Amino acid sequence: MSFFARFAQNRGALVGLIILLLIIAMAILAPLLFPESPWRMVQRPFLPPLSQDGFPLGTDTMGRNVASGLMHGAWVSLLIGLVSTSVALLIGVPLGAIAGYYGGIIDDVLMRFTEFFQTIPNFALAIVLVAIMQPSITSIVLAIAIVSWPPVARLVRAEFMSLRNREYVEAARLVGQSNTTIILRQILPNTLSPIIVLASLMVATAILLESALSFLGLGDPNVMSWGYMIGAARTVIRQAWWLSFFPGVAILLTVLALNLVGEGLDDALNPKLSRER
Amino acid sequence: MVYARLILMRLFKAVIVLFLIVIFNFLLIQLAPGDPAAILAGEAGAADQEFLNQLRERFGLDQPMYVQLWRYVSGIAMLDFGYSYRLGVPVFDLIMARLPATLLLTGTAFVLSLVLGIVAGSMAASRVKKPSGSLIMALALVFYATPLFWVALMSVVVFSVYLGWLPAYGLYTVGAGHTGFALVLDVAKHLVLPATTLALFFMAIYTRMTRTSMLDAAQQDYVKTARAKGLKPSIIQRRHVLRNALLPIITLAGLQAGQMVGGAILTETVFAWPGIGRLMFEALQQRDYNLLLGIFFFSAALVIVFNIITDLVYSLADPRIKKGAA
Repeated sequence: MSFFARFAQNRGALVGLIILLLIIAMAILAPLLFPESPWRMVQRPFLPPLSQDGFPLGTDTMGRNVASGLMHGAWVSLLIGLVSTSVALLIGVPLGAIAGYYGGIIDDVLMRFTEFFQTIPNFALAIVLVAIMQPSITSIVLAIAIVSWPPVARLVRAEFMSLRNREYVEAARLVGQSNTTIILRQILPNTLSPIIVLASLMVATAILLESALSFLGLGDPNVMSWGYMIGAARTVIRQAWWLSFFPGVAILLTVLALNLVGEGLDDALNPKLSRER
Repeated sequence: MVYARLILMRLFKAVIVLFLIVIFNFLLIQLAPGDPAAILAGEAGAADQEFLNQLRERFGLDQPMYVQLWRYVSGIAMLDFGYSYRLGVPVFDLIMARLPATLLLTGTAFVLSLVLGIVAGSMAASRVKKPSGSLIMALALVFYATPLFWVALMSVVVFSVYLGWLPAYGLYTVGAGHTGFALVLDVAKHLVLPATTLALFFMAIYTRMTRTSMLDAAQQDYVKTARAKGLKPSIIQRRHVLRNALLPIITLAGLQAGQMVGGAILTETVFAWPGIGRLMFEALQQRDYNLLLGIFFFSAALVIVFNIITDLVYSLADPRIKKGAA
């Protein structure tokens, strides 16, 4: 069975993929449909949804177009999710690979280091990091990456430990390949499928984290994000529920879609495991 | 004896982790943009040069780095977290005043999510191929994907604003002057929405964990034996599968405790719950970095204490652990 056929067998994954494609389309179309900055005040404030043409989701406390903010926010969420996950992989994969491949005292030291980061409450650490570094896309990406790399390191380490004594690795060693070559060319390619599955779930968690940070007022002040929209509307929730409702649905759908896609990828990449489950 | 040794070892590890966090905090203050004295003062613009110099001298910021680090570490070892410059109160006192509310909220949410999660998860595990089982798992996935703060806000809209069933803000009705049982009832009413919203996310996690853990346990030989003996499936599920599946759940539940502190920051912010989470939000808004770092250290300490407790519960639940730890 082909990769996509296995993926599509999981109906949930297919639904997730469609939702995800729609959100990507939103992000791409945002500057075309709403060329004006989502920060511009364009109408009177507190316009309810569907009450006026051009403002299908109404306006916020400052008279900004909610639909425009929602579409521009899609871009921010996806970008931060992807970049912070990539940075987390850049930290976690090498650490896990080295720990798992060499074992012994190197493994001990690296794993204690990983455990330390796992003990610290994730979200509190992210808050402190962004607050101290000052809110910006860079600091948010870094903070999310710093709190989310430990599971990657653990996963890659476990994979390396189970693969490092396989025959093909022994063979590569006999031919005289260097450790670096064996790690990068022999073992790493064989650990890719679980890493890909984990990464898709991490993008989802990263989007949740970013939204929670901007909800607390730690978002980049120059970009419109879903979490910011909810946070800014928090105090007027009694008068204008829609200001918080729509961005929340957007976050929910994106995170849900990524989780479904992750499960589908798991089925498609590890066919044997998923059949047993 | 074995327990004493286990506790000692865990405490030793905890002290090391906390020590590292203190150093980490110290480095963060150095990393922050601008003058540490200005950060301690709260805001660069508000403090004049003389005040900054005064602060620098008072906190030894004119001393070499290692002296500063030593002062900071030894201060925290004696529970001196410094002052919140916005409120003019010792950070430690502020945190202590807010701690009970957070413990009440997270404790309730933890028990609620664990019980509901185990019930839902074991229901899903015994209905693997049935629509009802799939429905439970689908719901768990949706709760898992929903931002906590959004659920909190929406539950305020529905249950507080629209239906008017439950209070949306605070720990108790201010000015009502309730005492005794009436006060307990009042606090309980205020607790419903925050505890439920905080519990939903963790319930989703525990549901998924319980299901996986039970499906794993159901593959074991002793379950096959029980089945071969002709025991009723419901008894096998309860006595053989669930009991053994619970052990990994305890461990994982302990590891999730750190996330519960994070969740409490969001829930307390929405519901104006006067705990350390809300205090953290207030510290953020006022850029009160010293208070912020104090709370950060404290939340890490809370998580560690909680992990030690789960370790002990675990070793009580499974006597085999004792050998491994000793």
